[in-house]
Amino acid sequence: MPHIAEAAAAVGLLACAVATPVAAQIADWIPESRTGGKLILTGGVSTLEGSGGGGLATWAVTSGYGERDGIGGNVHATYVNLPDYELRSWGASTSFWDRVEVSVARQEFDTGETGAALGLGAGFTFTQDIVGVKVKLIGDAVYDQDTWMPQVAVGVQHKANDQGAIIAAVGGRDDEGTEYYVAATKLFLAESLLVSGAVRFTDANQTGLLGFGGDLNDDLEPQFEGSVGYLLNRNLAIGAEYRTKPDNLGFAGEDDWFDVFAAWAPNRHFSVTAAYVDLGSIATFEDQRGLYLSLQVGF
Amino acid sequence: MRALLIAAVFIAAPAPLLAQEAEDDLSLPPIVMSTEFPGEVEVEPYQRSNANAGATPFEGTEMWETFGGAEGVSAIVETFVERIVADPRIAEIFMAQDQVRLRRTLKEQFGYILGGPVAYSGRDMRSSHADLGIQSADMGALVENLQIAMSEHGVPFRAQNRLLAKLAPMRRDVVTR
Ligand code: HEM
Repeated sequence: MPHIAEAAAAVGLLACAVATPVAAQIADWIPESRTGGKLILTGGVSTLEGSGGGGLATWAVTSGYGERDGIGGNVHATYVNLPDYELRSWGASTSFWDRVEVSVARQEFDTGETGAALGLGAGFTFTQDIVGVKVKLIGDAVYDQDTWMPQVAVGVQHKANDQGAIIAAVGGRDDEGTEYYVAATKLFLAESLLVSGAVRFTDANQTGLLGFGGDLNDDLEPQFEGSVGYLLNRNLAIGAEYRTKPDNLGFAGEDDWFDVFAAWAPNRHFSVTAAYVDLGSIATFEDQRGLYLSLQVGF
Repeated sequence: MRALLIAAVFIAAPAPLLAQEAEDDLSLPPIVMSTEFPGEVEVEPYQRSNANAGATPFEGTEMWETFGGAEGVSAIVETFVERIVADPRIAEIFMAQDQVRLRRTLKEQFGYILGGPVAYSGRDMRSSHADLGIQSADMGALVENLQIAMSEHGVPFRAQNRLLAKLAPMRRDVVTR
């Protein structure tokens, strides 16, 4: 694994060591709040876009371990190794009273050697910054076990890409975009099964890594993202995810995303998610399948 | 049990301090030990019913057997209560309460819900937790201790979750803050 993963691991271990005192300090600052009320893994992990969820799909849960009486937060570093590209993401998220989640993330889509073949130059990198807010509306994914009612949340993500000129050159309409989603998540505890689905209104090309809108379509369209997870024990879940995407750019078709994952959280301060992802065709390079590795540290 | 503590404070405190509150305190019920359950403090009378357990039991005896019957449930509750009264996150809430009664009623409640030949004789969840000021995070801590206790006594994870699914909705009655 290249140095980025090692660096992430080092950052993770360091952050792990400070997570507890930091959490205690923040809980002191915010009146009537405490940390760590949720059960392990029930805050989900960090998506590539920084919000709480699975790896590719956003969930209705607020990230971190704060309950209705507390706050939670975490940082993440994610690395995706694809045959022709590399995708890196890191960010932070904080949730207040299990009601509002605020997240930030930076993504780097590194074209590596492929950049030269695309005429962009080797190592050409698209960088995208994402700010997200999610608000839980109703339901409790974990405790409402006597009804079918899922936990429902709505959210917004604003994304800004730094390669406006290239995006325009390939037919993209904008280097910035705002997406809206509604997500529903439910833990079927008696079956040890978590099910989550979300509809995202988006015009993003490859989730914004190749800009927003295009020569084929420039409108927000509803797209689906969903996860199914099975709890093996208190600390380990496995599952699969699916995410549909628009197809706005004439120069390169875009495929739906898919992954199978395992998420392991030995405690409330640390989790590792490993996945096999299939991101399909990206900028004319087919079959982008590879390893996804994400570390999360928080409280 | 709370009354006992308050009474103890009153005996220890100098009389003038109490003058203002005296009227209230005189109306506190006296501590009476239960004759039905030796070692327990008598509680205010209430209607006894299995419905107080707060969940419908599993059908058949499969879950009861998976949990090891009366012996298994008893061992789980002992470990569970030992853990929660020692867990710094929630220990305080149990300090002034009757843990003898708590152990007995929990064994009954779990036994009844698991489909065992057991009746629940305790109070309902809303009234028994009404004055405890329990927060959501306390519920999480309690569940975690129960999970560990069940694991320690060999209950498979899936069966643990089936019981927890019955208990989880009780949070609405238990958490008051
Ligand atoms: C699903 C969750 C829970 C269940 C099934 C449950 C069950 C019970 C039962 C059966 C009793 C005895 C009732 C009686 O005396 O008649 C009881 C009492 C008690 N519970 Fe819970 N409980 C739950 C959650 C909690 C939580 C989260 C706390 C605090 C952390 C808590 C603290 C207590 C205390 C202190 C008592 C003693 C009250 C008294 O003696 O007056 N319980 N609980």
